Amino acid sequence: MNERLRSALRVLPDYLSQHVLLSAAALALGLAISLPLLIAATRSARVRWPVLALASLIQTVPGIALLALFYPLLLGLSSLSGRLFGFHLPALGFLPSLLALTLYSILPILRNGITAILNLDPAILQAASGVGMTDRQRLLRVELPLAAPMLMAGLRTSAVWVIGTATLATPVGQTSLGNYIFTGLQVEDWVWVLFGCGVAVALALVTDQLLGLIELGMGRRRPKLAWIGLSLLLLGVAAAGAVPLQARGRTGYVVGAKDFSEQYILASLIGSRIRASGHPVRERTDLGSVFAFRALAANELSVYVDYTGTLWTNILHRTDAPTRAQMLADLRVQLRGRYGVELLGPLGFENAYVLAMRRGEAERLGIHTIQDLARLAPKLRMGGDLEFFARPEWRMLQARYGLGFRSRRSYEPTFMYKALMSGQVDVISAFSSDGRIAADHLVVLKDPLHAIPPYDAVILLSPKRAEDPVLRRALEPLIGAIPIQLMRQANYLVDRPAGKRTPAQAAKWLARAAHLN
Amino acid sequence: MIVLDNVSKTFDGGVSYAVRRVSIQVPARTFVAVVGDSGSGKTTLLKTINRLIEPEEGEVIIDDERVRGVAPHALRRRIGYVFQGIGLFPHMSIAENIGITPRLVGWPEPEIRARVEELIDLVALPRAYLTRLPAELSGGQRQRIGIARALAARPYIMLMDEPFGALDPITRDALGAEYRRLHDGMRLTTLMVTHDILEAVLLADRIVVMRAGAIVADGVPHDLLAGHPDPDVRTLMDMPRRQAERVRALLEERARE
Repeated sequence: MNERLRSALRVLPDYLSQHVLLSAAALALGLAISLPLLIAATRSARVRWPVLALASLIQTVPGIALLALFYPLLLGLSSLSGRLFGFHLPALGFLPSLLALTLYSILPILRNGITAILNLDPAILQAASGVGMTDRQRLLRVELPLAAPMLMAGLRTSAVWVIGTATLATPVGQTSLGNYIFTGLQVEDWVWVLFGCGVAVALALVTDQLLGLIELGMGRRRPKLAWIGLSLLLLGVAAAGAVPLQARGRTGYVVGAKDFSEQYILASLIGSRIRASGHPVRERTDLGSVFAFRALAANELSVYVDYTGTLWTNILHRTDAPTRAQMLADLRVQLRGRYGVELLGPLGFENAYVLAMRRGEAERLGIHTIQDLARLAPKLRMGGDLEFFARPEWRMLQARYGLGFRSRRSYEPTFMYKALMSGQVDVISAFSSDGRIAADHLVVLKDPLHAIPPYDAVILLSPKRAEDPVLRRALEPLIGAIPIQLMRQANYLVDRPAGKRTPAQAAKWLARAAHLN
Repeated sequence: MIVLDNVSKTFDGGVSYAVRRVSIQVPARTFVAVVGDSGSGKTTLLKTINRLIEPEEGEVIIDDERVRGVAPHALRRRIGYVFQGIGLFPHMSIAENIGITPRLVGWPEPEIRARVEELIDLVALPRAYLTRLPAELSGGQRQRIGIARALAARPYIMLMDEPFGALDPITRDALGAEYRRLHDGMRLTTLMVTHDILEAVLLADRIVVMRAGAIVADGVPHDLLAGHPDPDVRTLMDMPRRQAERVRALLEERARE
């Protein structure tokens, strides 16, 4: 079997079970919220209008935005609960995903249920009152049973939506089938993307069919069918609940990674070293850049790799650019003082924003530094990744060197390199540890004015694990052990268009090449 | 005895009245037919008795008890109610439909089962139907079940709102006659709203004619057929007699040939 497929299958129990648990919890909670709302809405038009309007409004918010919006909200609540009760509500991972998906699940249930109940034959309702039912009896014995098939149809729609949207929970730190998709997109591994999509679709279809069985059983008065459907569903959720209990334990280490190849490789490297010392390890990949540090500070991660410049500007909100050694020293003190996070040490390479050109053209034009570039820039075309032109590095470059290009375009990274190689642009923003710099024979322009702060890769430990002897013993050998050339090559093993390796394979290669075994 | 004392009901805040200051007394075991044009207030009048409609003014008194003081669901469990829409519960079997009120009242299951079987016999349907769903029955059969359901908890008052209105003439005639026998046999007090004056004449002990929310005539069929000072009532009561005379004329013609 293909190694990429095998690596995908290896993490399937974890991804699938977490996806199932998240979706099931969101649906159950959604149903628990919808039913009372639904009953109130059918009893009073004054309730009905605002409830439906609000549910529809929520549905129009894009899924990823809804998930992202819960993060600052929960962060605020978390610090509030921390101050009031000494207990920090988790702002990442399960809780925000659950809340957002729950909101998503409400509308179809609500709308179908309201429509079904309001459209019941008035003769039947009159008969229900006529035979002496109380309002409650009428609801339970007549209205809800008759509305049940349509309610179930709504629940089925909800289930399919929730299972699909749950893939978007990955960037806020909740493992789901979305990990396949996000990781696959980052390293351009279409096997992983398709695998993730396929499993999500299969899960949605199976759930829909089982709910359909329940619906059929209720509609045709064959309770056996409904029970079969329900037990299979519950069995699936229970199985999903059992998997993580087995796979992780409370004492395991959690290695985090942001959403690009280098991070996957380093997480795999760190994970395998901890595992080699005989301790269980779980990886949580594809975290958004800000989420990763927050999750570490909240002890939801044990360890991950970040970059000094990123921590300096995004976490400490500093705008000055001290020397490399000064920044490292300051970060060590500040991160420990403010967050209790331990900076174990630098890995030995830097992953900074750099400007890169084709070697031939740079030599022809005599460009070696960004100062050289600034002189010719008005004739040249610049390509950046999707966020580059919005980042402080770009502003600093412009301010220091007075850069002004003939044109500016943003690309998804893969296409940015293609645009450079095919001559559509002359200069691109690149990451210094990107394997494609070496593979495409690109020249990295020097930054003599130090406009871009240093981005040394550093290992960070969570407050709880700051003094952990296992972690220290496993990870201290990594300090200063990975030179930039090796990191570039390892990244290229994953990023190259043909003969791709998985991040785990690249991590193994890197460990051997850096003599870490 | 059912007493309506000065009952008024408006649906538009007093601009117009569906029923205006109606008073009537119905002694036990009487079969009263309420007739009148649509919109004359007969259905509203009927529904004030089991509190499906609450009157603005006046009192409804059943056996010296004001219905206002009885919880609506408790009241309705003591009064049978049959209407043209029937309203059998489509998700319940025929047996469950018939047994619903005894079940709500809390009869023991064996007693409910026995009562359900007794009733399906009484409305002359095979017991095999008990396990069927309402959708599997014809309109006439459904209405028989409607009557059985209304009778299940042994009420002594039956309110019937156009109970046979949607049935074909033959079924309608048969079911009307059968119901009259049940009424007598079970010593019921029945108020039946109908727009069919012939049905009223043939079934009822007493006919109440309504117009624009008020009672314009009230008497035994024989007296009303003999003539009434109100011209509308006269026209109304003439109809069955004229029909009967035409039928007789036709039959005599046939006999002469």
